Order: sequence, then structure tokens, then C-alpha cells
Amino acid sequence: MKLLLKGGRVVDPATNRDGEFDVLVEDGVVTRIGKSIAPDGADVRALKPGWIVAPGLIDMHVHLREPGQEHKETIATGVRSAVAGGFTAVACMPNTDPVNDHPGITELILKRAAGANLARVYPIGAVSIGSRGEQLAELGAQAAAGCVAFTDDGRPVMPALLMRRALEYSSMLDVPIIDHCEDPSLKADGVAHEGFHAARLGLRGIPGAAESIMVERDVSLAELTGGRFHVAHMSVRHSLRAVRDGKARGVRVTCEVAPHHFVLTDEALESPVRYDTNVKMNPPLREAADRDAMIEGIADGTIDAIATDHAPHHSDEKLVEFDRAPFGIVGLETCVPLVFDRLVHAGRIGVRRAIELLSTNPARILKLPGGSLAEGRPADITVIAPDEAIEISASALVSKSKNTPFDGWRLTGVAAVTIVGGRVVYQRGL
Amino acid sequence: MLRARHLLGIADLEPGEIEEILDTAEAMKEIAARPIKKVPTLRGRTVVNLFFEPSTRTRTSFEVAEKRLSADTLSVAVAMSSVTKGETLVDTVRNLEAMAPDIIVMRHSSSGAPHLLARLCRSTIVNAGDGMHEHPTQALLDAFTIREHKKRLQGLKVAIVGDLLHSRVLRSNVQLLGKMGADVWACGPPTLMPRDLPRFGVTATTSIVAAVERADVVMMLRIQHERMHGHYIPSTREYFALFGLTPERLRGAKEDVIIMHPGPMNRGVEIDSDVADGPYSVILEQVSNGVAVRMAVLYLLAGHEAEGD
Repeated sequence: MKLLLKGGRVVDPATNRDGEFDVLVEDGVVTRIGKSIAPDGADVRALKPGWIVAPGLIDMHVHLREPGQEHKETIATGVRSAVAGGFTAVACMPNTDPVNDHPGITELILKRAAGANLARVYPIGAVSIGSRGEQLAELGAQAAAGCVAFTDDGRPVMPALLMRRALEYSSMLDVPIIDHCEDPSLKADGVAHEGFHAARLGLRGIPGAAESIMVERDVSLAELTGGRFHVAHMSVRHSLRAVRDGKARGVRVTCEVAPHHFVLTDEALESPVRYDTNVKMNPPLREAADRDAMIEGIADGTIDAIATDHAPHHSDEKLVEFDRAPFGIVGLETCVPLVFDRLVHAGRIGVRRAIELLSTNPARILKLPGGSLAEGRPADITVIAPDEAIEISASALVSKSKNTPFDGWRLTGVAAVTIVGGRVVYQRGL
Repeated sequence: MLRARHLLGIADLEPGEIEEILDTAEAMKEIAARPIKKVPTLRGRTVVNLFFEPSTRTRTSFEVAEKRLSADTLSVAVAMSSVTKGETLVDTVRNLEAMAPDIIVMRHSSSGAPHLLARLCRSTIVNAGDGMHEHPTQALLDAFTIREHKKRLQGLKVAIVGDLLHSRVLRSNVQLLGKMGADVWACGPPTLMPRDLPRFGVTATTSIVAAVERADVVMMLRIQHERMHGHYIPSTREYFALFGLTPERLRGAKEDVIIMHPGPMNRGVEIDSDVADGPYSVILEQVSNGVAVRMAVLYLLAGHEAEGD
């Protein structure tokens, strides 16, 4: 089986390639990248001028909700949403029910993902049993079963000693510990960023320091242990500073930011609709100075990855009082449009940097086979139509849940074709 | 005539609308002085009082106001309702709406709960207090009481003292008094101040002496005993020592100062009994005026709804 992508702009930071090339895929592998490759019996896809051929995008932070919360999302619906958003691979968080702290659950996830056969699914295991922060989970067995990182996401790894041991222990497996950085005593029963807007609306606040205090701690622990620490969904400028300082000292720290944290601020609590539960997420939407710092960190290279924190919730669960609604929004299908519209077209970053954040770096951090279009690599490819204007429609999302604050937004740039292992798994009607 | 179909908060009112409510309340107050305290204004209209939080003053005040306007009223007590059976707020209200009420008066512990209903329901929603957010009829009755005594709101120094952070009374009053041109001072311990308090348009201070100095109005807010648990204050004793309103502290105020409290009071915690029961106190007048102000609000909103908006 041969597939030939003709006429696109190949952007592959890993091989330092950026230019107009044809890409030939044979038996699921990239075999040739060159000028004017002859079709020679291949299935030819002629791409429109300006379309970008990128290594398959990887979302390193999604919640697929299976097992246990299938009314929100399943692995099958989650990967359909992923490929519709241009992602060829996702890494799924362990806060399922039961928590993924055991190889049996990892195997179940991988089996369901193989059955769905769309995006690749890389499970992330729990750091501690039940993510309770008490006893280290069997990280070795989980890594052998297929886990690519460990986290107690949804909760922080609260005891510093446990975090220390996890960093030390995982270093022999060469996998990162991802921490949901948040001091629970400072978060308390907060539901929104502690700032002017929450104060005015009478919503209990979560201060930025609840996050940065933990990032600072974990950077120190990574420095102490030599382990690899990755900051999940970073949202405040003080955390960014801690990561920047850590990197400058040679600490093995990486970080990701979610699109809503470089696009929205806590002003969204009041407008266009007051108390919209679709702007309730954790970490919360922060103030403008934090949002601007996230964009700065994306542009200057401090931020390694963009990850969506795709967090599907059923509409019934969101149609409640703001303080009773669950935290989180879906993100897989809105990510590429937000990155291109708000970062690339806004002149903050170039296309190459966007691909680094969405593919090259997530693959590097999690040591995944994707993230590059080098000849001989698996043909996981995302074709992006950067100048295509679209309108986000919550009801038209492929995900089982529709909880997005971007309904009705008009954005420019979208994934046009998603290819996994040489197979076209999604094609947008353009 | 109010622009909006609902009364969700002072945030949505313009100064002209606030004046109209206060003027209407003056006419309504006159009804309370009559031997037969009832007018047929809301005859045939149904008002549901839906209280998800305990309330004596506000609930009875609305009930009296509704009865004086001849509305058919129904008060839903939360302990007896299906909420305790796990029903959502939206379902509870949709079921009530199936019985075609015209107005729903709601008190709820979650900030923004009436805003959620206003987006989804056909009825007119009156916010009788939502979480830490707003309590618009309280601010309106406070303004009415101040205006009765001072004949104006413009230029008055109003000191609001107490638990500012958790107070919906503060948030509604600050907006109303600000819109009407008063000089508002907010005083309390730093742990009980909302973030960015000066951006609310007030002078923030931790000194009750500075707050009360030359004040025309001193409004005391309730301190809940359980605030010690969140480390907000060390003890109610220390709170009273630093922030309690005593006759001595009141001496710095203007000679014709009035003392207000939205209730329920904690005597000896935020206010000395000598002040609460003293000559400057208008605390019970606030309660009487509450009925007139709520009559005015219901009347103005019902007129809106009669036009089929």
C-alpha cells in the first residue's frame, strides 16, 4: 500500500526540514521525502498550496474517561475526537475509575485503543496506588505494560517524600513524573482564579501561588534527585519563572500549557456569559499577566509542549451551579485552530515552533516513536490547512462531550488530514 | 420600568432605575400605614419563594410584600423539597415552572445560581441572595433607609465594617452606593477582604477609627463564628477588640450618624449592644423598609412581565 502526499510544505523540526516536498509512504512507513516523486501506483493526495505536512501531532495530556466514566467519553470516542483534531497520538491520564495504578488497567486501555484503531494511545500510570499519595505504585510493571509516564493527575503528589522517591525510582526507567502542581490547602474549596473577577462574582479563589509553590518544590526535588519532572497544565507566570530558572541550572524539567491558558483569562467568568461552567477548569483561567507570560514562554522556548487537558464532562454535570460543576473542558478538536489563529497568525510563533510544541517535543519528553518525518519512521502525519477559516460548533464536536467555551468562535487554521501508520484516519471536507 | 426582566443584582441596574425603585418604595411604604394593608396590584399572579438557605428576615419580608400586593404566594422550604432527593436545581425549578408561576424569588448558597435560572427559565427571577455574590433587595432597602434619613446618597461617607470577603451585602451595597455617588469605605481584617478590593471603587482600610471618622452611615456586617476555622480570625474576642463597633469608636462619626446592620446580629462580636439598641441605630427601620422596597421591586417587575416581554 502506497500513499503519496504531493505539493505540501513539509515542516519537520526533528530533521530540520521546512520546504515544499512530496512525501511517499509505503507499508505504514515514510520511505521518501523529495521533490516531484513519481506516483508509481501510489494513492496520490494533491495538497492545496500552503498546506502543512507535519509529523503527527501528539497530545500528551488527555482524559479518555474509560474505564469507569463512559458517559463522558470512551477510548473509542476519544480517539475519534483526537484524529478529527489532527492528533495521531494521545497520552491518557490515570484518573479513571478505577485509577490506572495496575498493569491490568493499562492492558485494558491498550486493548480498547487497538480495537478503536485510530489515534495511538499511550497510557500514563498513577504514581501512587489509587493516586492517594500514600504508597508508590508498581512503576516498573506499569512501564513494562506500556506506561510512558507517571502522574497522580487531578491531584498533586502531596508528600514531598513520595515525590522525591518517585523521581528517584523512575529515573531507572527513564520516564518522567508529571505533577498536577497544586497545594490543596491553598486551593481549599476554590473554584476560580483568585483575582478581581472571582472577587466581584463572589466565587471562592484559587491563588496562583497554589500552583507555583508546588512547581518550585518539584524543581528542587528534580534537582536533588536528577529525575525528570514535567509540569502538567502550567498556568501562572511564577511557575514559568521557576521552570526557566530550573532549566538554566540544568535541572531536568519540562512543562506544558493548555490552549485555554494562552487564549482566555479570568475575564471569561463575567463575559460573554456570567458563571458559564464551561470556563471552569483546574487550573483556572488566570489573569492577563499570566496569559501573556504563557505566550511569552511559548515563544521563547521555555514551554516545551502544548497539551489540551481534554476533560470531557456530560452536559448534565455542567448544567449546575458554578461551584458545583466539575472542572474541565474538551480540547482535542479546538487545539489546532487556537494554536494557528492565536499564536501563528498572530505573529507570536512560526509554524516550525508550533510543530515542535505539538509533536516534536511531546514525542521527545515521552520517548515516543513519533514526532519526526525522517525516512524510515512510522507514517504518522498531520496535514494542516493553515489558512482555512472555520467556526467551532460545540454540537458538531466528535467527542462524546460538548463542554467547550469556544462554541461559535471563528478561527483560521485547522487539521485537514490525519494519517496514522500510513492510513488516512480522518479527512476534513475542504 | 426596569430594563431587565429579572432582578439578578445591582450590577444590572442603572442609577435611574435605582431611583425609580426607591421612589416607588416610598409610595408602597404608605400602604403599611393604612388600616387595610393590601392593594390588588398583583391579584392573580403567582410568586414562588424558593429558599435553599435558611432565612427568616428576607423570606418573611418577601412573603409580606407579596401578600400586601395580593399575589398568590407559595414558599418552598428546602428540607421538604426534592432537592434532598438529589434533584438538580434546574430540574427543581423546571418542575415548579410547570405550574406556571410568574415570579420566582430565590435564595441560594451558590453565587450565580439565579443567573443560571435566568438563562433557562420563563419566569421572572428575583435574587434574594446568591452565595457571596449579591443581595440586591438588601442594598435597595439600605439605600432607602439612608435616603429617608439623609435625603440623599450623593456625597455621603458610608463605612462598611466586617467580613467583607464572604458578604453579598457588601458586594451589592458597594455597587449601589458607588452608582449613586456615595463615598464608600470598607473596613475589616486583611484576611476577610476580597482580592483587589480597591478596584471595587471603595477606600479599603483595616482601621475602624479611620472608617468611622466623619461617617454619615456605619453599616456593620455579621461575623460568622465558624470563620475561625479557615484561620481568618484568631477569635471573636480579638475581632471585637479590633473591629467591634463601640460607643467610644462611634464618637468620631458625624453627629447625625446612623448605624445599620443587615442582620442577624452577633451582639458583642461585631457590635456592642449599646450601639445596636442606641439612638443612632436604624436596624429595625431597615426591616420595615424591606417590605416596601420588595413591594416596589415586585410591582415594577410584574409590570414588565405583563407587557409580555
